[in-house]
Amino acid sequence: MPLTREQIAQRIAKEVQDGYTVNLGIGIPTLVANYIPATKSVMLQSENGLLGMGAFPVEGTEDADLINAGKQTVTAVKGASFFSSADSFAMIRGGHIDLTVLGAMEVDEEGSIANWMVPGKMVKGMGGAMDLVAGAKNVIVAMQHTDKEGNSKLRKKCTLPLTGVKCIKKIVSDFGVLEITKDGFVLLEYAPDMTAEQVAKATEGKVTIHPECKVMTF
Amino acid sequence: MASKVYADAKSAIAGVKDNMTLLVGGFGLCGIPENCIEALRDSGVKGLTCVSNNAGVDDFGLGLLLQTRQIKKMLSSYVGENATFEKQFMSGELELEFCPQGTLAERLRAGGAGIPGFYTPTGVGTKIAEGKEIRQFDGRDYVLEKGITGDFAFVKAWKGDKFGNLVFRKTARNFNPMVATAGKITVAEVEELVEVGELEPDQIHTPGVFVQRIFVGKNYQKRIEQRTVQKKS
Repeated sequence: MPLTREQIAQRIAKEVQDGYTVNLGIGIPTLVANYIPATKSVMLQSENGLLGMGAFPVEGTEDADLINAGKQTVTAVKGASFFSSADSFAMIRGGHIDLTVLGAMEVDEEGSIANWMVPGKMVKGMGGAMDLVAGAKNVIVAMQHTDKEGNSKLRKKCTLPLTGVKCIKKIVSDFGVLEITKDGFVLLEYAPDMTAEQVAKATEGKVTIHPECKVMTF
Repeated sequence: MASKVYADAKSAIAGVKDNMTLLVGGFGLCGIPENCIEALRDSGVKGLTCVSNNAGVDDFGLGLLLQTRQIKKMLSSYVGENATFEKQFMSGELELEFCPQGTLAERLRAGGAGIPGFYTPTGVGTKIAEGKEIRQFDGRDYVLEKGITGDFAFVKAWKGDKFGNLVFRKTARNFNPMVATAGKITVAEVEELVEVGELEPDQIHTPGVFVQRIFVGKNYQKRIEQRTVQKKS
C-alpha cells in the first residue's frame, strides 16, 4: 500500500533534528508539525514573518493579525519573533533555515523541481517557493510518486516550468524515500507492501536501489 | 512643519492619478490598508499598476479595485485567492507580473534604500530569470533583479504617532515596512494615532521619515481568510 498523506508527514518528521529551524509548505508539509516529538526543540518559520509558529488557536482566541503563510490563524510559541518579509527572506535566502519541506508536481534526477505552474492553466504564483528552494540548507519534497494515470512524477528531466534547479536532496513519496545524488535517484526505503523493484519501476529518472534499502516502518 | 496628519482616507490619498504605480502593504488580507483601498475605489482613479504580494479576494482588499477594473497591472507573488483576478487575466484585460516573494520583498527594500538592483540566487534557471543578467559569484549563478519604487505607497500599522513613526502588530507587519520606504508619498493608516513622544523609540518599526501622511483608519474588518482553530477542551 502506498503511504497516506499522514504517513508521508510522519516519515519526514524523522528528518527533523533537535535545534532545527524548519519552514513547512502548504499541504502535506504542514502535517509534518504534528509528528515532531516534544523532546525535540524545533522552531517553525512561516515566511510571512513569524519564527516560532505554534498550534492553531483555541476557538475564540484567533487573531486576524496572527496568521501563517497559508493564511491560517495560528499562535506563536514562547521565544517566537515577528519580523518583516525582507527579514524573513534574509533568513531563508541567507541559509539560516535548516530545512524546508514542500510539495512538488515533478522532481528530476538532477534535483530540479517544478511546483508552481502548468502551461495553459491559470497560474496562482510561486509565492515563496523559489526563494525557499534556492536558500534553505536542506530541501525535502513531499509528493505523490505517480500521477492519476500512473505516470512517474520522478522524472529524467522536469517537463513543467522549474521552480529551482538542482536543489532537492531528498524525496518522501507515497512509495518510498529517495535521495538525489550525482547518479540520480537512490532508493533508501520503500512503502510497506511494496517492493524496492516496484518503486524503482515507477521512477522514470535514473534510479539505483541502495544496498541497505529497507521497508519503511511506522 | 506642516502636519502629516490627515482627517481621513479620502484626503490622505489626494494626488493619486490615473496610470500611477502604487505599492500596497499586506500579506493575504493581513495588514492591508483597508481604508486607503476603499478610498481609491471611491476616487475612480484607473489604469493603476499595483505592487502587492497578493491581490486580495473577490470582494475585499485589492479585489475591490479589480472588480471596478481600476487596476491595469499587478506585480505579485501569489494571486490564487481571487476569481475576479483569474477572469480578467485570462481575458487579457489585466497584466500580471509574477515575482518570487523574497525577491519582491527585497526589490521593495532596495527601491526604498536607493539600491537600483541586486543579485539573488532565487529563480536562476527558471522562467523568472529569462532575459535578465546572470552573474557568477564564487561559482554560483545569481540573477539581477531591480529595485522598485512607487508614486504612492499605502501601509497599515497598529499604532503611529503624528511624526509618522509606526509600530506594526504580529504578522500584520509583513510587507508594510519595505513598502513604506519605497513610495514617493507614503500614506500610513493606523488603528491608533498618538502624540509624538508616546511611542518608545526602541520599539518603532518604521521611522517617521518614511511616512508623509498618516490618518486613523475606521471600521477595520480584519477579515480572516482561513479560520483554523482547536475546540475548547
